[in-house]
Amino acid sequence: MTWETVIGLEVHTQLATKTKIFSGASTEFGAAPNTQACAIDLAMPGTLPVLNAEAVRMAVMFGVAIDAEIGLISSFDRKNYFYPDLPKGYQTTQLDRPIVLAGTVDIQLGDGSTKTVRIHHAHLEEDAGKSLHEDFHGMSGIDLNRAGTPLIEIVSEPDMNSPEEAVAFAKKLHALVVSIGICDGEMAQGSMRFDVNVSVRKKGEELGTRTETKNLNSFRFMERAIVQEVERQIDLIEDGGKVKQETRLYDGDTHTARSMRSKEEANDYRYFPCPDLLPVEVDQAYVDAVRATLPELPEARRARFVDSFGLSAYDASVLCDEPSTAAYFETVASHCGDAKLAANWVTGELAARLNSEEQLIQHCPVSAEQLAALIARIIDKTISNKMAREVFTAMWGGEGEPDAIIEARGLKQVSDSGAIEGMVDTVIANSTKQVDNYRNADEAKRPKMLGYFVGQIMKASKGQANPQQVNEVLLKKLEALL
Amino acid sequence: MSIDRSDIEKLGELARIHISDENALASAKSINEVLALVDQLQAVDTANIEPLANPLGARQRLRRDEVSEGNQRDAFQAVAPATEDGLYLVPKVIE
Repeated sequence: MTWETVIGLEVHTQLATKTKIFSGASTEFGAAPNTQACAIDLAMPGTLPVLNAEAVRMAVMFGVAIDAEIGLISSFDRKNYFYPDLPKGYQTTQLDRPIVLAGTVDIQLGDGSTKTVRIHHAHLEEDAGKSLHEDFHGMSGIDLNRAGTPLIEIVSEPDMNSPEEAVAFAKKLHALVVSIGICDGEMAQGSMRFDVNVSVRKKGEELGTRTETKNLNSFRFMERAIVQEVERQIDLIEDGGKVKQETRLYDGDTHTARSMRSKEEANDYRYFPCPDLLPVEVDQAYVDAVRATLPELPEARRARFVDSFGLSAYDASVLCDEPSTAAYFETVASHCGDAKLAANWVTGELAARLNSEEQLIQHCPVSAEQLAALIARIIDKTISNKMAREVFTAMWGGEGEPDAIIEARGLKQVSDSGAIEGMVDTVIANSTKQVDNYRNADEAKRPKMLGYFVGQIMKASKGQANPQQVNEVLLKKLEALL
Repeated sequence: MSIDRSDIEKLGELARIHISDENALASAKSINEVLALVDQLQAVDTANIEPLANPLGARQRLRRDEVSEGNQRDAFQAVAPATEDGLYLVPKVIE
């Protein structure tokens, strides 16, 4: 039986404004609890919201970046529900008239093809506070610093058909909002959170019943949650059951999701237009002015990396997944002059190290300029690739500039042909048996036998002989013995 | 539109209030009276009328993105029923 998975995403993106969406309280992350929750955020009687102009600009910026129509008149509604981290008893959001209408985002798939994911709309709304359920004498603690932080909720159409596509889409959105400067992209701080709508159907049949899994704050969790949910639904149907429309909550500690509420007892949010806020009007001139400030988008950057740096489509899209990585790579490439080598290092050694040390590239101990200086020493043959990795480790450990490390550790590659010839001669003289074998071997088998000699020579040179030169000299000398 | 006793029970659950059996019937009756009034209002044809947000057609004014509210936690928490370590304490929330 062939099953098809259908996935839609709702992406909550915190906007990088200095202040809240409706109040002048700071949105800075990490402040002491409730020190950034003012009377408006606390819903004190008599307070009124005033919309932050920057939140509007950022939402419009997102709209023009995905080529969406902008809601020139948008309005706010109240979504009513009771929860202690929502002091007003309602979330101010946009239901009927969102500020960003339909748009599109292109994603690159593993096979090199491109797929267009439609965005249904994106709307402005406020974030809630945080509940801490550790034991406060049987009570819960509430921190309202986050209450009122501006969000755009980006709602996709159900255009994705695998966890990989959903992750590619999420990463694309992440790269986009970071590169246009409307979100800091700090996933660990909750700057981007995903709700996934998942259903399965037999190929060609109508859409199945969907479930919504909420509260996913990493790409990895999202992927796992989708894989699990798809399996759960297929098992359920194949065992003769039915998928219930419900909201599920993912637990990042146990990697399991559980049902939060089913449709029968679903919240009735009693939406109605917010009487405290008037309709928001932006005109076409404003939208055009915002469009004029759009920086290079990840998609354009990716194309440029392919065209002007000659990178493969795959390398280019890996680099452009994360705007900071793309910027880092560009600095390395322009400083060292070899884009392909730069791409290999940034997506290889550097990425692996960042990954194993769980470090963000923004906090990378090796600067782009330093890495470029190291690569320059590979290009001018001062050191081999293998040596470069040793130098890189030393740089990571804070030992300083590559040239100083190469000098201090005596890693300079020997490219002096006289010295190399001497070493080759010595090894050949000490390896009579292997030389005899080589001479008597089939011509086809000889190349494989070179490894022994190269190994001995590299050992004699303490790894410092230029491997390419060693190969050339060795081959010449062995040929002469035939 | 009218509602019956089971609707009242559901509303009670959503509003997190207990409605006793005898009250459920009485509540259904009085809510149905309100709904009859709403039905009367809904008889008006509003198909081509834009919802009115403001009688003067005013638009939302925007605020500059500048911090204007400082930390007044102590003042706010002085009137809160329970606080600890800067947090507001509320009855335990179990979802």
